[in-house]
Amino acid sequence: MSRFNRAGVAGAAILAVAALVAVVAPLLISADELDVTRVTAAPWQSPGAEFWLGTDHTGRSVAVLVAQGAGTSLFVGLTAAVLAVGIGTLVGVVSGHFGGLVAGALLRITDFFLVLPALVLAIALSTVLPRGLGTIVLAIGLTSWPSTARMVRAQTLTIEARPFVERARALGGGHVHVIGRHVLPSVVPLVLVNATLAVATAIVAESTLAFLGLGDPTRISWGAMLHQAQLHGAVPQRAWWFLLPPGVAIVVVVLAFTLVGRALEAVVTPKR
Amino acid sequence: MRRGVRLWGRLGGAALSLVMVAVLGFFLFRVVPGDPVVSMTRGRPTTAAMQAELRAQFGLDRPLHEQFFSYFTSLLRGDLGTSFTFRRPVADVILERLGPTLLLVGTSTVIAVGLGLWLGVRAAWRRDSAFDKATTGVSLTLWAVPTFWLGMLLMMATGELFPSRGMRDTDTAPDFVSQALDVGHHLVLPSLTLVAVVCAEYMLVMRSSLLEEMHAPYLTTARAKGLRDDLVRRRHAVPNAVLPAITLVFLRFGLVVAGAITTETVFSWPGLGLLFYDALTGPDYFLLQGLLVVTAGAVVVMNLLAELLYGVLDPRVKVV
Repeated sequence: MSRFNRAGVAGAAILAVAALVAVVAPLLISADELDVTRVTAAPWQSPGAEFWLGTDHTGRSVAVLVAQGAGTSLFVGLTAAVLAVGIGTLVGVVSGHFGGLVAGALLRITDFFLVLPALVLAIALSTVLPRGLGTIVLAIGLTSWPSTARMVRAQTLTIEARPFVERARALGGGHVHVIGRHVLPSVVPLVLVNATLAVATAIVAESTLAFLGLGDPTRISWGAMLHQAQLHGAVPQRAWWFLLPPGVAIVVVVLAFTLVGRALEAVVTPKR
Repeated sequence: MRRGVRLWGRLGGAALSLVMVAVLGFFLFRVVPGDPVVSMTRGRPTTAAMQAELRAQFGLDRPLHEQFFSYFTSLLRGDLGTSFTFRRPVADVILERLGPTLLLVGTSTVIAVGLGLWLGVRAAWRRDSAFDKATTGVSLTLWAVPTFWLGMLLMMATGELFPSRGMRDTDTAPDFVSQALDVGHHLVLPSLTLVAVVCAEYMLVMRSSLLEEMHAPYLTTARAKGLRDDLVRRRHAVPNAVLPAITLVFLRFGLVVAGAITTETVFSWPGLGLLFYDALTGPDYFLLQGLLVVTAGAVVVMNLLAELLYGVLDPRVKVV
């Protein structure tokens, strides 16, 4: 087994643990532990026997918050990636399959959004739309599809130039047949790789939006925890236990998605 | 003749992109659910008369096509409207903050490009060596690190060693040398943050770009001539591999812009990024719109430069 595959398996194992935490945490954690008005512990406690990752500025356990935040980060990451890759695949296949004016216009739009800084657009979108989980997913999904579109388009063009597609056309296969039977099956592996890597980017984007105060105020996420840490002066107070865990969680999960994505890429595109 | 046509094509494409940026900026802030004046004045005591006055001042009481026409013509004159929070022209506010951002982004980009390309070349040349594995691993990890979090960590780790807020102290002597030293001192942490994040990207790009060239026949020829390994790398492999990497530096300018927003927010660096943060916390839609149009426009221009530069650097590529 090559080095990359080992890394990929390690990434997949980390993701399985993260998913388990995201599913189980809300079942085990009571609302009292998350409600700032009902917690009884002292704020800013350093890690100890009772709170092994310490407490935040309101006295909530940092360990509990990190576990609770896993769900939000993974949910936003996955749904935003599905949205982005979905749009990208649609645009890519349509602009690759149908030539002419439609393809030209789609390509122009794709290239336009490809060079614009996605995060800046996402920030602008989530500022004008009402705060909430849906807004974040929309803001990230609507701004990060162009790279997928580019790749899917290239793959569509490659496949359509192959003799078997020409043969299918000669036998009377229409657009639906060619796209459904030949183009889509050939872009699926590529799309899967893209989706995995898109989740990684989306989770970082979510944490950045939440850090800037654009997150869903009713939900706990890793980025939102860091927003609170910045707002209430965790750095000057040297409260490393409030700063490290959410950031490490982001890095570990994002890295895991990246490793799985790269391992999949190595499988999908053999050689090299 | 063909060359001229292609050049005009590129310029026309960039001009069209700039128009699209302007249209995007206009509509993004017209899709605001509800009344923008109401959401901008939320939390501040305002009467209905004041709101009506604001609406008239920003032209929100006129039909959409008239709004767009006046927005577009003022944009051509360099007029980006009036900021609601600063009560001054948006263009003036942006110009004021341009200097600090150019300083931060410029310093960080130069260091990141140099370091990233150097590390990438070393890693690719000795593929699968301990150095390669270490730098690739660190780069992949840094790529996963949110910029703002890295900034906060650096701030906490260095303690009182470097100033963590603003660009200069108020009690520094007014002469040039002390001022420059003070700004440099304040610049350390923010630029370190930006370098770490951006450098990882350049390193990975340079590495894969050089790996593409590694088995090229011309390298075998160079070696067969008896050239030292060092010379083969410096004179033959790198000049060919560095082109795509350099272009990417320009193409990924958007990445640096995004990094600057969070870095400046964490370190209260008084540039465009912090202005972005001020605009979104307001929310000050006109300031945000101006910032969006200016940054997106800058990215489009950088992109055009990258395409033109590629044609100049690599005669094989006929982009111009």
